[in-house]
Amino acid sequence: MGENRSLLQLSGINKIFSRGTVDEITALDNIELKVNAEDFITIIGSNGAGKTTLLNVIAGVYPPERGGEIIVNGRDITNLSEHRRAQYIGRVFQDPHIGTAAKMTIEENLAMAILRGQRRGLNIATNKQRRELFCSVLAPLGLELEKRLTAPVGTLSGGQRQALALVMATMSKPSLLLLDEHIATLDPRTAQIVLDLSEMIVQREKMTTIMVTHNMEIALRYGNRLVMMHKGRIVVDLDQKQRSNLTINDLMVAFERASGEQFADDSILLREK
Amino acid sequence: MTFRVLAFPDLTVDGSFPLGGAVAAILIINGANPWLATLAALGAGLCAGLGTSLLNTKLRINALLAGILMMVALYSINLLIMGRANIPLLRETTVFKQVAQFFGVGTGVTLSLVFVLVLTCIVLAILNWFLRTEIGLALRATGENEQMVRSLGADTNMTTILGVAISNGLVALSGALIAQNQGFCDVGMGIGMIVMGLASVIIGEGIFRPRGITAILLAVVGGSFAYRLFVGVALRLGLPPTNLKLITAVLVIIALAIPYIRKKIRHEWIPPAVRM
Repeated sequence: MGENRSLLQLSGINKIFSRGTVDEITALDNIELKVNAEDFITIIGSNGAGKTTLLNVIAGVYPPERGGEIIVNGRDITNLSEHRRAQYIGRVFQDPHIGTAAKMTIEENLAMAILRGQRRGLNIATNKQRRELFCSVLAPLGLELEKRLTAPVGTLSGGQRQALALVMATMSKPSLLLLDEHIATLDPRTAQIVLDLSEMIVQREKMTTIMVTHNMEIALRYGNRLVMMHKGRIVVDLDQKQRSNLTINDLMVAFERASGEQFADDSILLREK
Repeated sequence: MTFRVLAFPDLTVDGSFPLGGAVAAILIINGANPWLATLAALGAGLCAGLGTSLLNTKLRINALLAGILMMVALYSINLLIMGRANIPLLRETTVFKQVAQFFGVGTGVTLSLVFVLVLTCIVLAILNWFLRTEIGLALRATGENEQMVRSLGADTNMTTILGVAISNGLVALSGALIAQNQGFCDVGMGIGMIVMGLASVIIGEGIFRPRGITAILLAVVGGSFAYRLFVGVALRLGLPPTNLKLITAVLVIIALAIPYIRKKIRHEWIPPAVRM
């Protein structure tokens, strides 16, 4: 397990929406990205930069244009449907309502998550053994959710739901975790809690993670690698060393430069810094 | 089931109900065992549900439209199966007569009631178990949150197909039983079935406000009794039986509108109307 073992490899990824109409938009423009095992990448970019589209393509919500290739753990998953990819990829959405089922109980939600990548059978989904497991994954959150296993998820707050979604995305230990602005709809304090929980789980499980965020401070503070997107392209890609002394201001400058000059690449940006 | 569990407004039931009756009736008058005929009706219903859900999941036809298409197609199919519009079953052996014979009692209302009640309990128990299994959970979640179910690695097309098939199988089963109980099968007997089912579900939820899957199942059964009670009262009050479906429709409209009106009175926020 070398430090540079590639876990996710994207090559030649394009995504065009509404092709052939006046609304045609290139959401992803020839994305090349190699993610090493145990990388924690933060992705920033303005609205419409293609961040969420990129995660959707990785997760298989829709396929990339012909010629693109997505490889996870050495396996080509480009043509795999979304639910089959789920065995490799866990995901937390921006909207807490998408990550959890409100009318079902906490334990039922967790029972669905535990079966990621497995065949679902006719066994009763929640049993004593699983309940103990659920308690053991909920307890570290410090939200006392383990005492409310049979409560419908709809009775939880947004932050609690998002924490639960995070547990559901990670508890069966997928190879890759996608966090899609998962704290954007939470109040600052709750956002901080969920963010810290994310970091705790990612570090504990040594999980390879891609986190999309709007917040430059968060993008700098968390993770070990920073990617900036603009108009469907990756315009900046900084590793741990390169971004260690970076301030938000530097990032702003880099961003303005990148968005001003279409052909700016990261080497230029860094030299000028 | 499809409406609440799967959030799939399935109009196929208007066709699969007489389908069950038709399959059972034609088999019975040709000398088949009435139990096997009833089982065959269940199977036919499963297939009808399969048809609708495949139209929806594989060809991406809107769920409402897929149901309507299937319902229309089933009208002809039912006529084809039956060969005519109405098959009398009064002189044939039915499951009701066999049960009566077995217990050595006459085929009266009480017997039918007890028999159907027992059967309902069996089906309820099976559903109650099934909806708690691993597949059952995925099925329930599909109705609520498809995106989540897919991101957790379950195939929502599969769960939709399964759910719609099972529900139509059960509807066809009831069609077969009703046909045998009333002593005839008619192609028109399914008209408005969906509305009656909806009425039962909505009334049941309105009266019992169930939480949890067992409670919901019981509430739906309770709702269907309550619905029958309302209809009975309406008929006693002198409304002609021909108005039955009109009454049902009005009932459902009232039941659906109550939450809206209640919110309106309390000046709560109301989401805009959904147009599918």
